[in-house]
Amino acid sequence: MIGTLDSKIPPGPLASKWANHKDHSRLVSPANRRKFEIIVVGSGLAGGSAAATLGEQGYNVKCFCYQDSPRRAHSIAAQGGINAAKNYQNDGDSVFRLFYDTIKGGDFRSREANVYRLAEVSNLIIDQCVEQGVPFAREYGGLLANRSFGGAQVSRTFYARGQTGQQLLLGAYQALCRQITAGTVKMFPQTEMLELVVVNGHAKGIITRSLITGEIQRHAGDAVVLASGGYGNVFYLSTNARGSNVTATYRAYKKGALFANPCYTQIHPTCIPVSGSYQSKLTLMSESLRNDGRVWVPKARGDKRPPEQIPEAERDYYLERKYPSFGNLSPRDIASRAAKEVCDDGRGAGESGRGVYLDFKDAIARLGEETIRERYGNLFDIYEKITAESAYQRPMRIYPAVHYTMGGLWVDYNLMSNLPGLHVIGEANFSDHGANRLGASALMQGLADGYFVLPYTLPNYLAGEVGKRPGTDAPAFEQVERDVRARVQKMLDVNGSRSVDSFHRELGLLLWDKCGMARNATGLREALARIPQIRDEFWRDVRILPQKNETYNQSLERAGRVADFLEFGELMCIDALTRDESCGGHFREEHQTPDGEALRNDEEFASVFAWEYQGNGAIEPPKLHREPLEFETVQLAQRSYK
Amino acid sequence: MNFRLRVWRQKSSDEKGRLVDYDAPDISPNTSFLEMLDIVNERLIERGEEPIAFDSDCREGICGTCSLTINGEAHGPSHPGAACQLYMRRFTDGETITVEPFRARPFHFIKDLVVNRGALDRIVQAGGFISARAGSAPEANSIPVPKHDADRAMEAAACIGCGACAAACPNGSAMLFTSAKVSHLAFLPQGHPERVTRALRMVSAMDAEGFGNCTNTYECEAVCPAEISASFIAKLNREFARASFAKKLGD
Ligand SMILES: Cc1cc2nc3c(=O)[nH]c(=O)nc-3n(C[C@H](O)[C@H](O)[C@H](O)COP(=O)(O)OP(=O)(O)OC[C@H]3O[C@@H](n4cnc5c(N)ncnc54)[C@H](O)[C@@H]3O)c2cc1C
Ligand code: SF4
Ligand code: FES
Repeated sequence: MIGTLDSKIPPGPLASKWANHKDHSRLVSPANRRKFEIIVVGSGLAGGSAAATLGEQGYNVKCFCYQDSPRRAHSIAAQGGINAAKNYQNDGDSVFRLFYDTIKGGDFRSREANVYRLAEVSNLIIDQCVEQGVPFAREYGGLLANRSFGGAQVSRTFYARGQTGQQLLLGAYQALCRQITAGTVKMFPQTEMLELVVVNGHAKGIITRSLITGEIQRHAGDAVVLASGGYGNVFYLSTNARGSNVTATYRAYKKGALFANPCYTQIHPTCIPVSGSYQSKLTLMSESLRNDGRVWVPKARGDKRPPEQIPEAERDYYLERKYPSFGNLSPRDIASRAAKEVCDDGRGAGESGRGVYLDFKDAIARLGEETIRERYGNLFDIYEKITAESAYQRPMRIYPAVHYTMGGLWVDYNLMSNLPGLHVIGEANFSDHGANRLGASALMQGLADGYFVLPYTLPNYLAGEVGKRPGTDAPAFEQVERDVRARVQKMLDVNGSRSVDSFHRELGLLLWDKCGMARNATGLREALARIPQIRDEFWRDVRILPQKNETYNQSLERAGRVADFLEFGELMCIDALTRDESCGGHFREEHQTPDGEALRNDEEFASVFAWEYQGNGAIEPPKLHREPLEFETVQLAQRSYK
Repeated sequence: MNFRLRVWRQKSSDEKGRLVDYDAPDISPNTSFLEMLDIVNERLIERGEEPIAFDSDCREGICGTCSLTINGEAHGPSHPGAACQLYMRRFTDGETITVEPFRARPFHFIKDLVVNRGALDRIVQAGGFISARAGSAPEANSIPVPKHDADRAMEAAACIGCGACAAACPNGSAMLFTSAKVSHLAFLPQGHPERVTRALRMVSAMDAEGFGNCTNTYECEAVCPAEISASFIAKLNREFARASFAKKLGD
């Protein structure tokens, strides 16, 4: 059983912890590196950069992804930018400021030491990416350009048009391609990890399934690195790619890895609203639009007139009314919750009533249509493509949507989970963003982990593991493979009447309602009662066609993911119920300040909640381990952007 | 809206495929093309029939996963844009719509509307990168890059790797794809040291995969969702000529 959680934060002053740690970590000599096999699950910014870098160092790497090419990992979709403390703008930025903004943005629920290291290596990332050929935006003098992002008073965000994630990922992908050619990395596209294999308490392998042929395979490694991204799709609708899933991390959890803060999810305020029950995903509209757009809904309930027919006096500019000092630029979580509130009140815009107007009329009158086109033209185009409406002529309709998950597998300072050998990087771990992530920080974290942290901390584990890699004929592999096969067969054998998607939608709606933008104990208890029922129905009535595990079987592929979401959703609600405070994106309605801000309870909850699997359902609830968060450098304060 | 679909159904590369007709009644004009296929699939499952296999992931035109030939055009009638960015309002009520996979010799068939485009990855593996080991990079602003060059590099780098260019080309050529990567890296000073080997290796990998030759039909440019300009093909030809010449001198 797990004793107290050791975060392995190195001693010494904050600013020299990482340097000291590197100096004292164990190394693996170049000649020995090729004796190690490293399994990397994921080829996004985190997994791609880690696999490439470990390959460069001379390790043998096997890298897995579910897409048909590593370049298609979900990181490709990130738009806005990546932060770094370069201070190129000479506006007072520094490693300390980036660290402080990130800790505060996370509502004081992350580890100081990890966040400081992140800020410290941020500058190296920009150097590395430029050298790889990432075409960042530049000024006329040929030097790098920056833009501003939320939660900061300096301009520190690097970007490549609206496609920063794409360009950073292509940089990592190209580095990966180079290693594939060099023979150090072997790539397994369309190969999904279905289980972790633990031998003598150490993570030493995985069981995979080929999405093309259904073939189930064993892979042994000296260490396993999970870089499988976030679990936002537990809500069914989110801005994540369709295939994003929790399977890799959830399966590791069921094998003993702790899952930390699963209830911390980020809801982004400006997305294109759901337009019908057929909708399959949500599209983000950059938050920058709120610089010039004004948010409103009709004052009267059920007012279904088109927006242009609603006179000025009958409009409620509710953000300006409720938050006069920040107005339309109030923080993400506040703006999201306020939109929900007016829609719950029956004043939402559009057919579905789940939307609010983002109106550019005043800005166009003030600045002219040309200026607005220059600033936001491409976003207006995307909006028009999807909705067939021109935002130059009538207000946009927007609504909050699930966007990012701060929770993930628990890791120590070395990015290793409580299961020795299992390392977790990128969005899949919990480590750096606390209860709320600031814009442009996820790309930074994924690349920090992959290029500059894991390559230093992994050898520290490997050095003690020479020659300990089991063969794939070890009993543990045999057993786990048998379990995987049995589960796949069990799913196929149900032969019920409902499609996989119908279960996913049902779970998603329930979680969105009870564990979304705002949560309360009653609702969470209702969800906890309902989820096991949906799960039972799934295992009794799901229909997978074709009913065999041979060819490219997309129903079966999704069924496996949904089955895991159906268990994971429950863990999320348990965490949300146990965290009886509000913080960042976790808003418990019972705990708010008089003006509706999240009300933390530092005395009881300034800690990480890390859950240990005991079995499914209320009969065997997961076991809670707390890692207290100690703040040596920053002062805990009420997060206020007023 | 109501549609009649003619969809390519084929269980595997060993079996013969054919176009099968399906009715798609009652579709909201605001449904995306892929969501329309989702609906058709849900209805097939309800009836106990095997759903149509098709690929997608981001569903916002950036990952390059979706790969449908719709009414004979790669990514369908609405350019520029990937199939996942196509909405049903673009079609007329009652229309018959034919849906087939991307076809090009190096794209091996998998099932229904799904093909394997690993050949494109192998072209990049041949040399579509800059050898920059993590930890060895100089300070980012130490090499200024003229804005014009950086912008041109970005235009070329915007390729989403979907393979529509090869699927649309009568010769099955992947020149637009390859030229985009070669140009992206050639526009930047960081890409210069490996310029010669890169062009030679990528072009020979393209040939080895079985992609055809470019005869300037510009079908690729017409269907490209990322608006990659065919002028990059001319740049690739120049890079290739330059590299061949340099190699000869070297020999
Ligand atoms: C629309 C959008 C815009 C964003 N914009 C920004 C931004 O501007 N700035 C910013 O900092 N952040 C942004 N983010 C967040 C950021 O993009 C992600 O957090 C980050 O890219 C995650 O990277 P990753 O490497 O951890 O995971 P991912 O990129 O999601 O990669 C996951 C990888 O794991 C693989 N995988 C998953 N499960 C399995 C399995 N079971 N078996 C095998 N392989 C598996 C996948 O195939 C994939 O290769 C945005 C997110 C979204 C959705
Ligand atoms: S060049 Fe255009 S069509 Fe060809 S792969 Fe790239 S994005 Fe697709
Ligand atoms: S699904 Fe990603 S580009 Fe179409």
